[in-house]
Amino acid sequence: MRSFLYIVTTLALIGLAFWAYHENYKTQEAIERTERLQREIGVARSRLSVLKAEWAYLNRPDRLRDLAELNFDRLGLLPFRPAHFGNVDQVAFPLIDPDTLEAITNSVAVSSQGGKS
Amino acid sequence: MIRTPLRPLARILDARQKGENPDAIERENIRLRHEEMRDRLRVRAEQRLLLLGIMYFCAFLVIGVRMGGLAASEAEEPRGATNGASIVAQRADIVDRKGRLLATNMETHSLYAHPHQMIEPERAAEELGKIFPELDVADLKKRFTSDRKFMWIRKKLSPEQKQAVHDIGEPGLLFGPREMRLYPNGPVAAHVLGGYGFGREGVHSAEVIGTAGIEKFADDMLRDPAREGAPLELSLDLTIQDAAEKVLYGGMKIMNAKGAASILMDVHTGEILALASLPDFDPNDRPLPALGDDPSISPLFNRAVQGVYELGSTFKIFASAQAMDLGLVNPGTMVDIRGPLRWGRHRIRDFHNYGRELSVTKVIVKSSNIGTARLAQMIGTPRQKSFLEKLGFFDVTPVELQEAKAAKPLLPPNWSELSTMTISYGHGLSASPLHLAAAYATVANGGFAVSPTLLRQNGPQHGERVLSARASEASLAMLRLVVSHPDGTASFGDVKGYAVGGKTGTADKPKPRGGYYDDKVIATFASVFPIHDPKYVLIVTLDEPEIHAAGKLRRTAGWTAVPVAAEMIERLAPLLGLRPEIEPAELAGITLTSQ
Repeated sequence: MRSFLYIVTTLALIGLAFWAYHENYKTQEAIERTERLQREIGVARSRLSVLKAEWAYLNRPDRLRDLAELNFDRLGLLPFRPAHFGNVDQVAFPLIDPDTLEAITNSVAVSSQGGKS
Repeated sequence: MIRTPLRPLARILDARQKGENPDAIERENIRLRHEEMRDRLRVRAEQRLLLLGIMYFCAFLVIGVRMGGLAASEAEEPRGATNGASIVAQRADIVDRKGRLLATNMETHSLYAHPHQMIEPERAAEELGKIFPELDVADLKKRFTSDRKFMWIRKKLSPEQKQAVHDIGEPGLLFGPREMRLYPNGPVAAHVLGGYGFGREGVHSAEVIGTAGIEKFADDMLRDPAREGAPLELSLDLTIQDAAEKVLYGGMKIMNAKGAASILMDVHTGEILALASLPDFDPNDRPLPALGDDPSISPLFNRAVQGVYELGSTFKIFASAQAMDLGLVNPGTMVDIRGPLRWGRHRIRDFHNYGRELSVTKVIVKSSNIGTARLAQMIGTPRQKSFLEKLGFFDVTPVELQEAKAAKPLLPPNWSELSTMTISYGHGLSASPLHLAAAYATVANGGFAVSPTLLRQNGPQHGERVLSARASEASLAMLRLVVSHPDGTASFGDVKGYAVGGKTGTADKPKPRGGYYDDKVIATFASVFPIHDPKYVLIVTLDEPEIHAAGKLRRTAGWTAVPVAAEMIERLAPLLGLRPEIEPAELAGITLTSQ
């Protein structure tokens, strides 16, 4: 009886040692994965912030103004002034070609007066 | 262990034979036994003490080594934690009210050298000189060949520069990671943003600290890790700020002014939508502060906040508004304006002679110094003081800028009746344009105090009531007439569709050693629009403007600041989402009495 108990205990010890060894390796693997992911997140975030900064830099008012002036022939953009406000009914809607009529599915509800800016 | 008997028979018998006391033998034996026991116990105790000492020594050694290690090593993030990634940059971004970036961080590198590790110090110095023309090559050579162990070369490198330095292939040139502040819009809103510098520096990182403007004021907040990098939202609008700066710059050039400032503020919330001061600078490359007594020659000087000047006739509306609030007069009451008005040796004159008497409305429209001084006399010194204090003219503005903390208004040391009279038309009390904007906002919003702010607000921030709604309404009608009436001093400021109201002010510039210049003025136009439903107040100040117009050299605000402000309103009002509207018919009960 006693030797049986000894054998069982020894086997349990070996089993537990094996399990602990495995868990240890799994933990280390998980930590490494976290670190890798954290590094990736860090890199992605710093890249994102650089892209955001670049987007802001490319959209700085000075540059946009220069671009609008350079491309005035094509875009015809002017500084926004009070005279540019209008009513919706002043907008010339394009004439509808009967052949393409069925392609238009959603029409715009147009008020005749006092469209809000 | 063999125990020695206490009374050995042989020795006792022997002693008895000799007639000695056998008890002495027993005592002797007991003594010996005790000595033996004592020795044994001492050895054991000594061993125990030694063991305990060794244990304590080891424990303290472990703690000491660990502490030393922690103190000497670089900090490391906990490896297993998953929430560490939320802290992105050491300093939060600054964005405008629509979320557009005004200031952000960039990762870059600093360059330092370990001269003792250098292989070809002379060549390295020459190559560095080619990459960075501003470096002194001879000095670098001298320092590289000296026995220094460490030296900084540059605090910031662009990626191209870093690659070029890398290509030199010198092992003694090393890079350290750095975070730098980037202002993508260049000089736009430079005076609000301020600038940055490096605080404590190490090889692996450096503190980024604000040195001026809101970067310094909100330094703790921007660096607070508890905010997890949430951006600081300003009340500024980038588009409006930029348009305001451009129009102001054009106006400053046309009017040959030395400097200019403008403030656009929401009358109900106190939010500053645009704050411009010219000349300006690029916060990415902040110039050094000016030397000498006059800080205003430096582009770093924020005229809108730091420029404490006498603001001239723009103050007149406060006297009339208070007189109406107290019920002393109404817009139609006639005021005696025969001049010059004498007080002691002092004489108060008008710019032109406007006749014998004018109604209060006309006093404002024609900007009569004598008329306003008479109103101030009716109000009296204590009431005027308490009113101006409530409008915020006694203290620094609470705006979130480091510079504002030092811009205290200059009050007369001895507030006599003469001071009361001169202050009523804006002489003898110096304040910044921002003070004026806040006070005009109070007049325009129905009489509530507002505190100017650069942080985005969530709705009206009305403070205590300073003026009655009736006095506010009547004052607005007067401000409108200053612009819309053909005799008004600001008739160039009438922008069709936006019902502009305002008051001009032209103040002579004080000489640094006392007295006033004859040919240098500060021209200010304080305006409110649209007058029937006031939303914004716009202050435009020009420093030393001059223009040849209608055959004369003009310096007054009506010819200089007003046209600039009109252009600004025409440009900014659509961007603010205001549609040009037909003004409602003249407010009931307010009519101009002709002379």
